[in-house]
Amino acid sequence: MSSNEILSELTNQEYRHGFVTDVESEVFRPGLDEEIVAAISAKKKEPQWLLDWRLKAYRHWLGMTEPKWAKVSYPPIDYQAIRYYAAPKSTKDGPQSLADVDPELLRTYEKLGVPLEERAILAGVAVDAVFDSVSVATTFRESLAKVGVIFCSFSEAVHQHPDLVKKYLGSVVPYTDNFFATLNSAVFSDGSFCFVPKGVRCPMELSTYFRINQADTGQFERTLIVAEEGASVSYLEGCTAPKRDTNQLHAAVVELVALDDAKIKYSTVQNWYPGDKDGKGGIYNFVTKRGKCAGKRSKISWTQVETGSSITWKYPSCILLGDDSVGEFYSVALANNYQQADTGTKMIHIGKNTRSTIVSKGISAGHGQNTYRGGVSIAKSAIGARNYSQCDSLLLGDKCGAHTFPYLDVKTSTAQIEHEASTSKIGEDQLFYCRQRGLTNEDAVSLIVNGFARRVIRELPMEFAVEATKLLGVSLEGSVG
Amino acid sequence: MNVTTTILEIRGLKARIAEDGTEILKGVDLTVNAGEVHAIMGPNGSGKSTLAHVLSGREGYEVTDGTVLYKGKDLLSMPPEMRAREGVFLSFQYPVEIPGVANTYFLRMALNAVRKHRGLPEVDAMDFLSLVEEKAALVEMEDALLSRNVNEGFSGGEKKRNEIFQMAVLDPTLAILDETDSGLDIDALRVVASGVNSLRSPERAMLLITHYQRLLNYITPDVIHVLSGGRIVRSGDKSLALLLEEKGYGWLEEEAAVGAGTAS
Repeated sequence: MSSNEILSELTNQEYRHGFVTDVESEVFRPGLDEEIVAAISAKKKEPQWLLDWRLKAYRHWLGMTEPKWAKVSYPPIDYQAIRYYAAPKSTKDGPQSLADVDPELLRTYEKLGVPLEERAILAGVAVDAVFDSVSVATTFRESLAKVGVIFCSFSEAVHQHPDLVKKYLGSVVPYTDNFFATLNSAVFSDGSFCFVPKGVRCPMELSTYFRINQADTGQFERTLIVAEEGASVSYLEGCTAPKRDTNQLHAAVVELVALDDAKIKYSTVQNWYPGDKDGKGGIYNFVTKRGKCAGKRSKISWTQVETGSSITWKYPSCILLGDDSVGEFYSVALANNYQQADTGTKMIHIGKNTRSTIVSKGISAGHGQNTYRGGVSIAKSAIGARNYSQCDSLLLGDKCGAHTFPYLDVKTSTAQIEHEASTSKIGEDQLFYCRQRGLTNEDAVSLIVNGFARRVIRELPMEFAVEATKLLGVSLEGSVG
Repeated sequence: MNVTTTILEIRGLKARIAEDGTEILKGVDLTVNAGEVHAIMGPNGSGKSTLAHVLSGREGYEVTDGTVLYKGKDLLSMPPEMRAREGVFLSFQYPVEIPGVANTYFLRMALNAVRKHRGLPEVDAMDFLSLVEEKAALVEMEDALLSRNVNEGFSGGEKKRNEIFQMAVLDPTLAILDETDSGLDIDALRVVASGVNSLRSPERAMLLITHYQRLLNYITPDVIHVLSGGRIVRSGDKSLALLLEEKGYGWLEEEAAVGAGTAS
């Protein structure tokens, strides 16, 4: 049988109901096939429609090839060597409260600086913590429920709010979207679900900490946030992974839907393991994030601080469908040592008088390569659309690189577009000025870099801004002098 | 009886530009005591700014001979930030912009670095605020300049005022003012000079580096030195500055050339 025949057989075959899975352990065998997809679905006791959706995605994926247009290079990924599911041991019944959570697990979170209890109580943050693939603790759910906000793990949402999930899953990022998003659609294990009903302002910041723990485990979480008419929500996402010598794949999908007058603010501080000084190990972060401003006057705002991962491939985007809707993208991306970041956004203007703002700050150090890739497309229907883009690059040393690829596609003469770009190096004179005032070289670099990134950092909620500021300093340690 | 404390003692200092080996300082001798204000004058290219850079530890220069003692310690072996923490302050000829970093935030970091080195606790926000208000008044710094980014979009005069303001907050033992008068109109010069005068103290030594005599109309130094061809060729009191104003630097350079010729 030729490979084409195998492919076509695989992609055309119907799901064989009732096959028995021998995958009972908490960690699945490496490899990807329909059995694994079905096993993930079975593990989660998913309804038939979702399994069918996964399988459609999987079959579609078989016919796809990895995108090669990004300015990143890495050895071929063996998708059959990856384990697609891992769960902490004690998930049988699911913890009902923090007290039920394995204390060992909680200690790990504390090391990461996410003391669930304190964070939850003091900061009023509801944390839906994802440890590997299963959501282990959800707090403040009750008080959220009082105002009608649903905030739970994706798996739970599938069982408790199937109509909502069915309605919105894949509505912004369809299962055919791109190689990594399609892979995610087939094998996603968990993630967060948030629904804010009509007219409700979510009373607290929602937060999820993701963490990859199991070795050789890909993490494929899926997040869906829906804000109905007049609703608003701010969502924070932090990511950390322990050190490993091998590369790990992370292919997440985030979908946001904002109806009339709704506002969604989505903030990320991404600090996945970036690999060591020689570029060994680290996370491959191939993420699809997209928001749809479906309603009039709706607004979606992305803020990201990307300091980790050995490769970042990520373009949080906005589809501005509703008239007068607003899309924003604020980004700081740092590439040190041998890190490669290819990140940016797409602003797709369809509705009238839609507006978008892009502020991208790229920092390159060591042998790091930092690429901004942004697309602004303005459809004929988007009368009076406006875009402002600002892309700045900061270089530390002379072995790193900064690249900017802004794409523009404008189909109406009524649009207004502004683009500003700059590239600068941290100057000897700046460093000396700081040192002459008593700061060490490293403090000086950290100070200058944070100044450079400030326009973006100040878009973050307070406690994230503090963390991001520290991260920028830590990530650049040893990069100068 | 007054005990004289020597702050700075430079002996036979020779320095060249690291990149091309051009010798700039050709044997500088200078002693500055606590409480004294010395002016270093000289024509362009005489080595005035190089002296300021070598004393503050800027990269790009090689010291080939001589010693510099600061409060009895070997200054040249300290990295720039250590010199700063030990109390050496350089008011820059061209103050540097640091985009996105608030002026007061920067200064608080600097002050805490200095205080930590001296074994003092970090200054808290309230104390810092009152310190800043007090010192800002010395150089008539507007509040707006305090919260703006370090030197970003400042006029020439505002940048120089900011330098003197930082000096007031950091309270150095040795202040080196490199061409502080350059680029200032007469009003700004007056404000900056009165700021400097108010910072004169029995514990502090100051080195004013200037091309023009006009700064010395506002700040009266204890000693004036003329630097020419990488050496101090003449030292004297305020009358020397007036002589220079009248006759220029030419005659001193000729004298120095003759002197050097005789010596060789």
